[in-house]
Amino acid sequence: MIVEAHAPNARDVKTAMSAFRQSVEAMIPALRRYARALTRDADAADDLVQDTLVRALRSERLFLGGDVRSWLYTILTNLNKNRRRSLARRPQFTQLTENNPDASGTEAEGRDIEKALATLVEEQRSVLLLVMLEGMSYREVADIQGVPIGTVMSRLARARAHVKASLEGERTALRRVK
Amino acid sequence: MNDHNIPVTEDELHAYVDGELPAERRADVEAWLAAHPEEAERVQSWRTMAEMLHARYDSVAQEPVPARLELERLERRPRQWLYGAAAAVLVAFVAGGTAGWVAHGAANAPSAFQSFTADALDAHRLYVVEVRHPVEVGGNERDHLQAWLTRRCGWTVFAPNLEASGLKLVGGRLLPGPNGPASFLMYEGASGERYTIYSAKTENGATQMRYARTDKDGALFWAERGVGYVVSGGGSDRERLTKVAQAVYDQAEKNGG
Repeated sequence: MIVEAHAPNARDVKTAMSAFRQSVEAMIPALRRYARALTRDADAADDLVQDTLVRALRSERLFLGGDVRSWLYTILTNLNKNRRRSLARRPQFTQLTENNPDASGTEAEGRDIEKALATLVEEQRSVLLLVMLEGMSYREVADIQGVPIGTVMSRLARARAHVKASLEGERTALRRVK
Repeated sequence: MNDHNIPVTEDELHAYVDGELPAERRADVEAWLAAHPEEAERVQSWRTMAEMLHARYDSVAQEPVPARLELERLERRPRQWLYGAAAAVLVAFVAGGTAGWVAHGAANAPSAFQSFTADALDAHRLYVVEVRHPVEVGGNERDHLQAWLTRRCGWTVFAPNLEASGLKLVGGRLLPGPNGPASFLMYEGASGERYTIYSAKTENGATQMRYARTDKDGALFWAERGVGYVVSGGGSDRERLTKVAQAVYDQAEKNGG
């Protein structure tokens, strides 16, 4: 006995799909940047982007117009929440080359900002990066996180204060004993 | 900002630096900042922070996109295909012709059979394209291969003779499986076509044969005595795949699986 289940109108939606697909594809570099800053781990970041893309392609039919960009960032942000929840149950990988004393000024600054990001709680880090790195409006970030704009603004203010304090701590650590 | 006399709020400062402040308010904020250098310095530090973030992470967006993130590649993944039931054409085949098996709304929870078959198809896809190192132990060492895989897997691994189906044993390798080690055997036909037999322990004690296919490969799954088997290959030639799988099944039966 043979049972075949066909997708109802696979051919009809093909043209619409390719436009959808193009807009997804155009977002991959920015998604990678956001994921890298969010996780500060190249492999975990690309895993996250990969899962986001798989999820997006699978839900192609569920996407009824609107802003593909916000939608992708929403998927990625939610997947990252799940990832962090399951992190405790998995082996942890850390980079072997943590400190390079000969790092140039730019590299050292990059390390400082990475460390500063690490001090933030997840929601704050996400708001900070969406606004400052990805250039999203408060409204878009509120939609992505599913919270009111007021919450976005207070998270942003706290995130900026934390990062500022962390960066200042790095800079003065050698000169000053607290 | 606790001082009630300050007309510019904390929120407005952030909105100002993020370009979210209404245009008519900008001049007020700028005038206020000019009169409050400490606050102006704080606002400036946020701009520096943004520059640092861009300096650190913009290069990631300039990198070429890794191959594993190419959309075409992601769509070809059998795992995704198996899970996205509605989008795919799924054919269910039941040996013996008793009960039908339909992949119904598999989008959320893939069955053990589906993920098992997806693992096998992943392995198939990964190794059949290998020219120089398709296997760890070559088919010329059949006895050693069988003994080694049997010892590592914990059940009698038997590399069937498929010459009647026009296939020669290329060899085999050990893989991580869903419940311990998996045995992976590869066969090759006269025109270079490759078939693989993936087997691993499974929770399904014994099942009927089931057929699944992706756009490139077909696979037949069954389980016998707690070991699951997936024979993959043959492209869209389901008839030949079925014959090959039948031969594998028969010989495994004779040899006590």
